[in-house]
Amino acid sequence: MPVLALLGCAGILIGSRVIDPATAWQALTAFDRADDAQLIVRELRVPRTLLAMLVGAALGAAGAIMQALTRNPLAEPGLLGINAGAGAAAATGIGLGFTVGAFGHVLFAFAGAAIAAVLVAALGGAFGAGSDPVRLTLSGAALSVVLGAYTQALLINYPSVFEDFRFWVVGSLQGRDWELVPAAAAVIIPTLMVALLLTRSLNAAALGSDLGRALGADLRRTWIVSALVVIVLCGAATAAAGPIGFLGLVAPLAARQLAGPDYRWIVPLSMVGAAALLTAADVVARVVTPPAETRTAILMALIGAPVFIAVVRRRRLVRL
Amino acid sequence: MTTASTRLEARDVTLGYEQRVVAEGLTLAVPDGRVTVIVGPNACGKSTLLRALARLLAPSAGTVVLDGGDVRGYRTKEVARRLALLPQAVEVPDGISVLDLVARGRFAHQRMLRQWSRDDATAVRAAMAATGVDELADRGVGELSGGQRQRVLLAMVLAQQSGLLLLDEPTTFLDLAHQYEVLELCRRLNRERGDTIVAVLHDLNQAARYADHLVVMSAGRIVAEGPPAELLDAELVERVFGLPVQVIADPVTGSPLVIPLPGLDAGAGPGAGAAAHAGGAP
Repeated sequence: MPVLALLGCAGILIGSRVIDPATAWQALTAFDRADDAQLIVRELRVPRTLLAMLVGAALGAAGAIMQALTRNPLAEPGLLGINAGAGAAAATGIGLGFTVGAFGHVLFAFAGAAIAAVLVAALGGAFGAGSDPVRLTLSGAALSVVLGAYTQALLINYPSVFEDFRFWVVGSLQGRDWELVPAAAAVIIPTLMVALLLTRSLNAAALGSDLGRALGADLRRTWIVSALVVIVLCGAATAAAGPIGFLGLVAPLAARQLAGPDYRWIVPLSMVGAAALLTAADVVARVVTPPAETRTAILMALIGAPVFIAVVRRRRLVRL
Repeated sequence: MTTASTRLEARDVTLGYEQRVVAEGLTLAVPDGRVTVIVGPNACGKSTLLRALARLLAPSAGTVVLDGGDVRGYRTKEVARRLALLPQAVEVPDGISVLDLVARGRFAHQRMLRQWSRDDATAVRAAMAATGVDELADRGVGELSGGQRQRVLLAMVLAQQSGLLLLDEPTTFLDLAHQYEVLELCRRLNRERGDTIVAVLHDLNQAARYADHLVVMSAGRIVAEGPPAELLDAELVERVFGLPVQVIADPVTGSPLVIPLPGLDAGAGPGAGAAAHAGGAP
């Protein structure tokens, strides 16, 4: 939490133009529209930082829940194609001309995330008796490729969509609208609450389906609610910031290292950790190649890919 | 059947998975405060029956009655407060501590908001004391011996405070000393706390020794039930397991002791004649 607060401050102050804390404080308490720096803080930095935190928390929680549900340490919204699904659906929405503000994106992204989730679960055999981590991950990867190709084809054939979509699809927090923040918050924050209420059932589910139910957990309900939570969180996060991969993988793994196998800790720690990580990545993205900005998702991939490889190599893909 | 009271019974249930019927017309009243052991050859439906009794499998016909009501009428949590099940293979989360695992047995007693109460702490402590794992509280479950691990799992289902424990082959994967450690523990829980225990066991001699009430299953049916001493004879075992045996009284405990005679079967010549010979040996 303190780390997150600190990173929040960094997110407001650091950028292609560094702003001193006093000015930033003024911008928040006694806003003067004539001051450029204050305008940057109010109109760009603050919403961007808030959005990074929201999106990060959403993806972190979604990753943790997906790992619990599939008992697969590699489950992650990016790897399992859910972000790609949200992306493809949003591109379709834009292509068809349904760009009714922030919420239009969100609705399409939800639908895409849901369809991708169902598809990948069916392909990966998650509905069967024993779901195999490798098969599920491969299905996710395959689905991501197909959906990615579809999105690309759409962009090439409809150049008008391209401009609208270009930044969004790479996963970037740059140039997002202020109006996105309350919209994203309204969806993400209540869903995060639901996610926190699920953690005890996830603990029971982690003991296997027979024992979990014998202990008193209604696992069917847990599955349904969890799946909805994941779809809403991934859809909202992807609609707000584009597909950002690996974050939902790295944060829960770190949380598990820190807190052990108790989801009452893993889920909230993943939220805070992922929020901090994405905020940090966003700050780094602004300064690493000045004066241009690197895309946040590219940075996340740089951080996440080695972790992914390490997990695959070291943990023999144990089931959780 | 005796007039012993029962909290849990199966009434003419048919059990199966999808199209395949595993067991048909099963009727069983679990006697309260006793140790009931279910035996039978592989795939005879023992574990399936246990899962049905625990409401993990819905019968396609018949009912399972728990505390006077159809078990399917209860909510999952209510069932868990009235009976506990320990499956045969439990996947324990990586890196979990003994105390945390036992505490998960309290799920059914907790609420959304008031998550950990004094009752929970008391129940967990009592369960760990009863199974002798209190000194292991902070150890990781992964680093325990097989016997210790099984005791910890028993502590977890005891913490459920149901008074009715269903154990699916609690001794598999254990070496001999640990098998008896677990069986002794089950008997002690029954004798000292009055817990009702239903266990599926593989070993006939262990079943004969620890059961108050023995249930013998074969091909999806209950073929015999009652006190082991009255029930187990060479004829029954041969009929159910297809193995010629001799049954004598255990010189130490007096319970029936089953001595397999497969060698005689093979040595004495072809087929049924040898079996008849072995059966008539005493």
